[in-house]
Amino acid sequence: MGPLAVNDIISPNTNFLLAFIIGIAFGLVLEQSGFSSSRKLAGLFYGYDMVVLKVFFTGGVTAMLGLLFFSLFGWVDLNLVYVNPTFLASAIVGGLIMGAGFIMGGFCPGTSFCGAAIGKLDAMIFIVGLFIGVYIFAFGYPMFETLYKATPMGAQKISTMLDISDGVFALILVVVALGMFYAAEWVEKRFPREEY
Amino acid sequence: METTDRPKKLKYMNPYIGGVLLGLVLLAANFISGRGLGASGAIKSVVVASTQAVAPKYAERTKYFKEYHEEHSGSPMKNWLVFQMLGVIVGGFASGALAGRLKFKVEHSPKITSRRRLLFALLGGILFGIGSQLGRGCTSGSALSGIAVISFGGIITMMGIFGGAYALAYFFRRNWI
Repeated sequence: MGPLAVNDIISPNTNFLLAFIIGIAFGLVLEQSGFSSSRKLAGLFYGYDMVVLKVFFTGGVTAMLGLLFFSLFGWVDLNLVYVNPTFLASAIVGGLIMGAGFIMGGFCPGTSFCGAAIGKLDAMIFIVGLFIGVYIFAFGYPMFETLYKATPMGAQKISTMLDISDGVFALILVVVALGMFYAAEWVEKRFPREEY
Repeated sequence: METTDRPKKLKYMNPYIGGVLLGLVLLAANFISGRGLGASGAIKSVVVASTQAVAPKYAERTKYFKEYHEEHSGSPMKNWLVFQMLGVIVGGFASGALAGRLKFKVEHSPKITSRRRLLFALLGGILFGIGSQLGRGCTSGSALSGIAVISFGGIITMMGIFGGAYALAYFFRRNWI
């Protein structure tokens, strides 16, 4: 049955319409969770507000479990669901650069659009920066290309690498997430916090 | 306990409920389109489309744009993530309107000026833009969507993003606390 677009159950144009609707839901959830505020997001890195950790991992685990159950019920063919390919070197370097961008800019791309949508000027400037950054990458591509294409590992799943089933990995991740939520609640009590 | 007289207009959703809803949105994206959510991919589309419009000859002979077209068919703006990000703007605005949070402002710690905040927002955006291309996606497209499909690369990128930010948090603390 699913994924609907891959199996031609819905037309490409319907798929785009649904993308827009999913985007609306995505924006609503992000904004309602407080992700339109850079000071709230940055709280993660100083311990005064751990909302990013809670929402992010609850979201990731929910979707992961949902996909596994959908697959179990035969509702979705996991072989047709896109797994982003791993290029180890650029994943690490790119991640670290994004981390620097996060602590300096206070947003990530998705949250900056949310912040800009409610009038945050810092979010709008961050978006200007994002465009400059992507233009730099595009125009300076020969400079980045070697790193970008180094150490390709294909559409690698962690469960395959560890030689365990997806279900066992999911269970491990759920336990890890619960541990982090417990730690997050504890940390928040130790730092003063205000709502922005 | 301190009490404040400030009216509480800002009430955010419980983060765990927000997380479950976010997960359901991500699940819906995978079920419908076979791919996760994303934000930086939409920016890439605009960059490709705008370069082609302004300097078509340059785009034709430049490797980055050639490779983009080997991987993507059709117009760069007719892209799933472009429509999704347009939705995010609408959804974010609607949520802000419902919660009474629509306001033009520069949000920053009282210890720093607006100018400093905006300068760092610009620098952070530039770095995030470059990093998202190297990482083949940002916090949404690589990290969050990667967790949902147990992608090794996605989880490595996620550890890079959060690890990098934690490692540098000390040096930028005056901006936030």
